[in-house]
Amino acid sequence: MTLRGAAWALLAILPGGCAGAQNALGGEGAEGSNFVQLFTVFMIVCAVMYVLITAGLLIALWRRRQPLTVEDRRHHETSSAIRPALIGWTALVVAGLTALTVASFFTDRSNAANSASPKLSLTVTANQWWWDVEYQSADASRTVHTANEIHLPVGVPAQVTLKSNDVIHSLWIPNLAGKQDLIPGRVTDIQFVPRKTGNYRGQCAEFCGIQHTLMALDVTVESKADFQRWYEAQLKPAPPPATPQQLAGYRYFATRECSSCHNIGGTPASGQIAPDLTHFASRRSIAAGTLPMTRANLARWVADPQAVKKGNNMPTIGMTDAEVDSVVSYLETLK
Amino acid sequence: MSLRPSFTRDISALPTHGFSIRSLTWWGVIGYMVIEGAAFALTIAAYFFLMSHEQHWAPQPWEPPNPIAGTLFTAVMLLSEIPNTMAKKAAEAYDVPKVRMLLPWLVGIGLLLLVVRGFEFNSLNVLWYDNAYGSILWALLLLHTLHIGTDWVDTIVLWLLMRTPHGEEPRRLVDTSENSLYWRFVWLSWIPIYLLIYWVPRMFR
Amino acid sequence: MTTAADKAKAPPIDVPRDGPDLTGPKLEKMLDKTWASPPGFIGWLSSVDHKDIGRRYIVTALVFLALAGLLAAAMRLQLSRPGNNFISPARYNEIFTMHGTTMMFLFAVPVMQGVQIFLTPLMIGTRATAFPRLNAFSYWTYLAGGCLLWVAFLLNIGPDIGWFSYPPLSGPQYGIGKRADIWAQMVTFTEIAALAAAVSLVATILKQRAPGMTLARMPLFVWATLVTSLMVIFSMPSVALASSMLLSDRLVGTQFYNPAENGDALLWQHLFWFFGHPEVYIIFLPATGFISEIVATFSRRSIVHYPIVVLSLVGTGILAFGLWVHHMFATGLPRVGYSFFTAASIAVSVPTGLQIFCWIATLWEGRPRMQVPLLYVVGFIFTFVIGGLSGVMIAAVPLDLQLHDTYFIVAHFHYVLIGGAVFPLLGAITYWYPKFTGRMMSEGLGKVSFWMIFLGFQLAFFPMHIAGLYGMPRRVYTYPAGMGLELPNLLSSIGSAVVALSVLLFVINMVKSALAGDRADSNPWDAPSLEWAAASPPPRYNFAHIPVVDSRTPLWDAGETISVVHGLRVDDRELLLTSVMSAEPDVREPSAEPSPWPLIAALALTVMFVGSIFSPWAVLFGAIPVSIALIAWFWPKSPTPHPEPTIA
Repeated sequence: MTLRGAAWALLAILPGGCAGAQNALGGEGAEGSNFVQLFTVFMIVCAVMYVLITAGLLIALWRRRQPLTVEDRRHHETSSAIRPALIGWTALVVAGLTALTVASFFTDRSNAANSASPKLSLTVTANQWWWDVEYQSADASRTVHTANEIHLPVGVPAQVTLKSNDVIHSLWIPNLAGKQDLIPGRVTDIQFVPRKTGNYRGQCAEFCGIQHTLMALDVTVESKADFQRWYEAQLKPAPPPATPQQLAGYRYFATRECSSCHNIGGTPASGQIAPDLTHFASRRSIAAGTLPMTRANLARWVADPQAVKKGNNMPTIGMTDAEVDSVVSYLETLK
Repeated sequence: MSLRPSFTRDISALPTHGFSIRSLTWWGVIGYMVIEGAAFALTIAAYFFLMSHEQHWAPQPWEPPNPIAGTLFTAVMLLSEIPNTMAKKAAEAYDVPKVRMLLPWLVGIGLLLLVVRGFEFNSLNVLWYDNAYGSILWALLLLHTLHIGTDWVDTIVLWLLMRTPHGEEPRRLVDTSENSLYWRFVWLSWIPIYLLIYWVPRMFR
Repeated sequence: MTTAADKAKAPPIDVPRDGPDLTGPKLEKMLDKTWASPPGFIGWLSSVDHKDIGRRYIVTALVFLALAGLLAAAMRLQLSRPGNNFISPARYNEIFTMHGTTMMFLFAVPVMQGVQIFLTPLMIGTRATAFPRLNAFSYWTYLAGGCLLWVAFLLNIGPDIGWFSYPPLSGPQYGIGKRADIWAQMVTFTEIAALAAAVSLVATILKQRAPGMTLARMPLFVWATLVTSLMVIFSMPSVALASSMLLSDRLVGTQFYNPAENGDALLWQHLFWFFGHPEVYIIFLPATGFISEIVATFSRRSIVHYPIVVLSLVGTGILAFGLWVHHMFATGLPRVGYSFFTAASIAVSVPTGLQIFCWIATLWEGRPRMQVPLLYVVGFIFTFVIGGLSGVMIAAVPLDLQLHDTYFIVAHFHYVLIGGAVFPLLGAITYWYPKFTGRMMSEGLGKVSFWMIFLGFQLAFFPMHIAGLYGMPRRVYTYPAGMGLELPNLLSSIGSAVVALSVLLFVINMVKSALAGDRADSNPWDAPSLEWAAASPPPRYNFAHIPVVDSRTPLWDAGETISVVHGLRVDDRELLLTSVMSAEPDVREPSAEPSPWPLIAALALTVMFVGSIFSPWAVLFGAIPVSIALIAWFWPKSPTPHPEPTIA
């Protein structure tokens, strides 16, 4: 039985076996796939150890069991088989653990080799409770600034520099790789080598305050051509509002509280302390993976962010229905 | 007990006190010395950990601490071991008058050290809230001051106790010996802290 | 010429002493009087009897277990379906913080220390612990810390930053209000209590063993107690230091954990986990001590390869200090350092594996009796080994980077803590119940409890492994639908209800048995160790005469009689000190009488520490009543009517 086969068997026996969009058994990235293989190896060895121990226990209890009332001589001599059994057992345990440790080290090396020469460079900065994402480029005018989403071209090793503006967070995209913490005052990094296209989900995995639960991000792995198309679209500034309703929404956004926190490229709104919204409507979700991107959800969020994600840093400012409608109409143009 | 006793040895002639490893409180004192020693060791580890984040140590623009008060303190501390050892030996020789004579000197030296320690806090050239360097320096000095302070109070209580009729019980001489043992821990632990506060910040500017 | 030294060694004074002329009921009556606690409520508060203190620790810890368990039930209710809003986000964060903090600081370590305080003097054949008043002080300090935490929670100012309180989230900038200060100060209380108990236990074990009980003849539970107490001594200062630094960052503006001023958030993690990893072995090793005692008694033979078990205990205790960075694999430290911690974390399972072999070999070579305590041993092996193996998995960095901070970890540590500590504890309570109370617990009800909790536990916690693999992080108050998390969470919630009911059943068994259970004689299980020579429950002085031992299984090797030494005073509290290695009789040691000063000192300490949450001056001013209480505590009493010799 090959390792791959064993891994599939494992997936099959678990309920809901086929991997979802945020699943460590997905193995859709190089490191993620190494995880599934190594996990399978460990599971097999550990299962064998468990069976040996519990079988030994059950046999020991069964073979000389006695009714409760029988008296017996209390003794201290030990049969001569025990000593060699102890030595054999120790040797088995040490051999098994050594094999697992070696397997782990080889996996480490494989992970390092897979991500040795990254071709794409991003910086993710974590905030309470959203992700700031910036794609680096040698040409400063070609950096892409977005939030709560990552697009990656399939097969291309990507290097992600990790920072935090406030407390410790952790970036975890289980289908692709393990996690890394984002620690204020330190710079860490993580590498992804996505192997299968698809839509995935990541989530913060270090308790970071009241809305740690609702701090996710959308991850899209696509063909190199699709990625290039997306990248070029991200570089464009926001389109100007077309209809009167959109214009009203634009005006509201640019002159009221919104613009003091958010940035929309090509408009006066240039706040830096909240997610960049230049291409907001092209994202799959709102508020770091909290709500799917639909008109109704946008209206819900804009009208009362505190009701959706209590304690988050976007205040509920008390808008009329008309104001909400017009702002949402404008936001929908930000593709 | 449900089993009948079978009497072996008569232990009524055993003493009711013993020094060093024969004393139960000695083990208690050692236990607390290990606890406090572990706390010191970890604080020192934190010191080096924080130091690894700085290019210069003391970091600029802070000057390293002025070593005058600290060096004076160290000198007095090391010299205090003389009357301290005398008191320990006197206690173990059951020489109550000599112990009664030495204890006030130890109390006086303790007071002097606490005064000099006050000047030391003033000569650190950095405040505890300035940065992590300042915080760890103050932490080291404060932790050690806590030890001086508690041992000083212990010595005062022992001095008063020895002046009462209790002073003639052998167990109180065991207390005196253990108090001297603890004083040794207090100045021994000072030596690395002295170096870390006053001299290491001069070595990495 | 007689020197002062000679005067100190005068011949024994003429007072009543135990011996061939003073034994049996006449002796017991006099000892009862000497060792009695004063009557009334003040007497109850002043008790320094280790059995009282041990029982108080255990009962209080079980109350905290129940409180933390209720919080768990609330969490499981919230998580039983996606998108539940039964508990608000803020309240949920407080609940999981309180659950973890209560279980780790207010239940797990105190309950183990409580059993250790109760059993150790009985197992080594002495009348009291060393430093009885320090033990009493340790209980009151623990109780104060627990009350501080829970009163704060009920007043809605309880901590909400997780049981390990990482800065900067818990620091002055993001940890608003006093919540994190309450947490940090509670740690100070419980750490002082645990350290005091540990020092007392080490001194008791090293100096007060019965004549002839060399270290190689000590019960394995006493070895486990010695090793864990030493671990407490070396590890607890780390969390005390870390929490003090946090308090001072928050209260007086130090910069230990502030990266903006060249402090480091990781400094906290290193200091905390340097304590935190040994902490879990401090909880686990006493449980292995329970297992060794129960396996020997119920196999009707001594533990196979006793020296290997001792070396395993010591080896685990030492190795446990070299693992802590495995809690920090995702923080971006140099990978070459991680390799060391992977190897050490995997290696630490070898000594435990040896202990398991020895237990199974003992059952194999013995004549096992399947009664409730042994059932819990079986439950322990089936459960703990799963946790140990999942631990081996997460010791590997590539696996840990996926599984860290997910429900897989939640599954792992509940398997090792409940399987590895709570199951043995329930077996131990059942086993030593006659010694604590003089009555037996119900065997029938005990069997039902066991199967319920064993099966309920598997239902509650096994699915969490799956939830973690399927992408569920820790410390979340809900999860999205459609990720495959609904079924594991629902099963966990149902299982947790079964566990809750079974714990209730166990407690009902305890209460019913205390009131009306079968009365027990001194050795109802026909066990080999010394505590079973004393009555059930033991009199305040434990043993009428100090026993002498010459084997690891003294009661099995005694015939109709038990060897004892004689000559201790009966008119005053006195016990025997022996030498550390060979346990030769050495010194007659007075034992402390009941005193209100430990409680008063604990109250003064409480005022000082609670005050310091609000102002640093509280430390300075609060030190004054604390000092007065300590001086009054240590000030010797006037010599008794028949004093021992003094120096002239």
